[in-house]
Amino acid sequence: MYHKEKSIQIKNSASALYNNLSVLRIAPRQLTYFTVVHANVVNMVSASWDGLNYSHRQLQSKEPNVATSTSLIMQAAFCVLPSRELLVLTSQKGIQMYESDGSIMVYWHALDTPETPTEQAVFARGISAVWENYICVGVSSGAILVFDIPSKGSNITLSEVLEEHNQSVTDMASECSGSQECIANLVTADDGGNLCVWKSGEEFQLLNKIPGFDMSCSSVKLWKGTVVAGYGTGQIRLYEAVTGILHAEVNAHARWIYSLDIAPFSGLLLSAAEDSLVRVWHLSMTPETNTVEVAHLHNECVTDTQICGAKFCDGDGYAFAVTGYDLSEIIRYIQS
Amino acid sequence: MSSRTLPLLFINLGGEMLYILDQRLRAQNIPADKAKKGKNDRKRVMNDIITTMFHKKFLEELFKPQELYSKKTLRTVFDRLAHASIMRLNQASMDKLYDLMTMAFKYQVLLCPRPKDILLVSFNHMDAIKDFARESPSILAQVDETYQQLIEMYTPLSSGEFQLIRQTLLIFFQDMHIRVSIFLKDKVQNSNGRFVLPTSGPVPYGTQVPGLIRMFSCGGDEMSRLQFTNGGNYTSALREGCFDICGDRVTKLGTNMYSVSRPVETHMSGTSKSSAQHTKVNTAPNPLAKEELNLLARLMGGLEVQKPGNADSGFRVNLFATDEEEEEALISRPDELSYGVINIQATKDKQANAELAKIMGEFSEPGDQSPGTSSKGDDLLAMMDSL
Repeated sequence: MYHKEKSIQIKNSASALYNNLSVLRIAPRQLTYFTVVHANVVNMVSASWDGLNYSHRQLQSKEPNVATSTSLIMQAAFCVLPSRELLVLTSQKGIQMYESDGSIMVYWHALDTPETPTEQAVFARGISAVWENYICVGVSSGAILVFDIPSKGSNITLSEVLEEHNQSVTDMASECSGSQECIANLVTADDGGNLCVWKSGEEFQLLNKIPGFDMSCSSVKLWKGTVVAGYGTGQIRLYEAVTGILHAEVNAHARWIYSLDIAPFSGLLLSAAEDSLVRVWHLSMTPETNTVEVAHLHNECVTDTQICGAKFCDGDGYAFAVTGYDLSEIIRYIQS
Repeated sequence: MSSRTLPLLFINLGGEMLYILDQRLRAQNIPADKAKKGKNDRKRVMNDIITTMFHKKFLEELFKPQELYSKKTLRTVFDRLAHASIMRLNQASMDKLYDLMTMAFKYQVLLCPRPKDILLVSFNHMDAIKDFARESPSILAQVDETYQQLIEMYTPLSSGEFQLIRQTLLIFFQDMHIRVSIFLKDKVQNSNGRFVLPTSGPVPYGTQVPGLIRMFSCGGDEMSRLQFTNGGNYTSALREGCFDICGDRVTKLGTNMYSVSRPVETHMSGTSKSSAQHTKVNTAPNPLAKEELNLLARLMGGLEVQKPGNADSGFRVNLFATDEEEEEALISRPDELSYGVINIQATKDKQANAELAKIMGEFSEPGDQSPGTSSKGDDLLAMMDSL
């Protein structure tokens, strides 16, 4: 179904962090941007679709005005809003927002870090653009920070802090189908596997809490009102977002899942784990019974690699890209 | 990232160091009439190092929440630890020892089935250390106390917190691809330095063998079951290992892989061109270095270093087959692989840093600074200068 294409070399290897790959298609310029986190650096590659040009950029996690401080980066993700696209970095020190090409840092939010390290680590992790003008970021305390993003300029403000999670936030996702009918448009996940379902607005509204079972939910997606959640047990679960009804449970991987992605137009689901396997699934809605069905389509083994990032490169799922711990390349697969 | 990572890093690396030294001390060619003395030397070296490792003051510092040390600082700590007895290692042997220790623990961290199993790996090391020190009740008491501290600190942690610890360790070991003969022989490491990840065998405790999709109705009834091919050859999980002071840890990761029939390999395997070019060492000065040095200094304050009473009782351990091989290794080691241990010019500018000088003072005893009494790398202060 898929075959391997030429890999993209990156300047440093990928760190073992959840969802450690972000992809942004720049259709007018026939380019795709990729970001991969390596310790305290984000490697950014811009690749032309003809495969002839690759340009590299590295972003450091640096507080503005403090020359000496660098910290480990937890995640880098592109956030696409109707009016603009931003690249968001989260680290132990705070949150940085860049223009999508990484050229200019437009916003910096510092986390409250204690002078001496405490038992509870401090970091931000879990990034998502929500609706027309919000970017949400999770924090190790369990808080979700909601930033209001103007259509241009750097006048970004922290508009709300949502405190429903009691454990470190792991990941979050907004509704990706583009459907206006779905009431829920954000799902957030934590280290206890708890999921919160939200409706965005001037004040975010908690619609539902789906309790976990003491196992981290490391990656989560929201598609046509269905939450797709991947866990440390290697399971994938599909819930109806607003009711919390469990539609499906998949014994998907032999080890910890690191990344899920959905191609919103085709309903293809990508899952990747420490077990060196990437799997492609197909999700379909059955409106009569109001249920979701899952079918397995394809396996891809990246030999001797603990996979840490996997993303579709387009909305149909025609191609996908994969990163792994200690690997200095982005491996690409394309439909045959 | 996780501020609880350092104790596990230290204990597991220390455990691997003891395995290697034990094997090398047993293999060291001791003349027949010195056999008895040789045995005592081995015990003494092991006991001295274990005593230092589990020194109360040292552990108090170690278990405080903190970020990991830089590679350089940690290497310096292990240099001190290895020399906490009458045994001496020169730089090539110390480099090799450290390579073997770090690659062994990287393998264990990478392969442990669940992040929580890092604790079982640590208990395997602790169990072996306890056995090394079984004839010394005072050391055993120290070791038992450390078990308690580990249990108190780590057993309440969630799966996610253990994963954060594991991810922190993997960042520490990132880009280290030194090839180790025992791993290559066992076919658990490839010739490019990457470890083999099996897609067969038992799945981790709490995980189901992949291959089943279950779908449910809105009422919660199971509507259908679908099977899929999982691309591997997995079996069900084994029972869970024991997280108590004593018990069956189930996993073999972290147990002693060396024995008389499987010795610590002495030929060079870690400095091939292919592995060297993967190693990227940040040569920029570390802005945290001064602070780290102070932390290290605090830790060193807890150490009591045994100095040889006379030249005869001290001896040197070689991680290579012959002295010539050892020298060759030192010369041929690529610069990228050099650890560049923090240079403390203790004998040259003692006044430069009052605090450091005070701590250095605890290491030195009258007569130590007179050159000539030492063989290769015999003297701790001289060693620090030469690094």
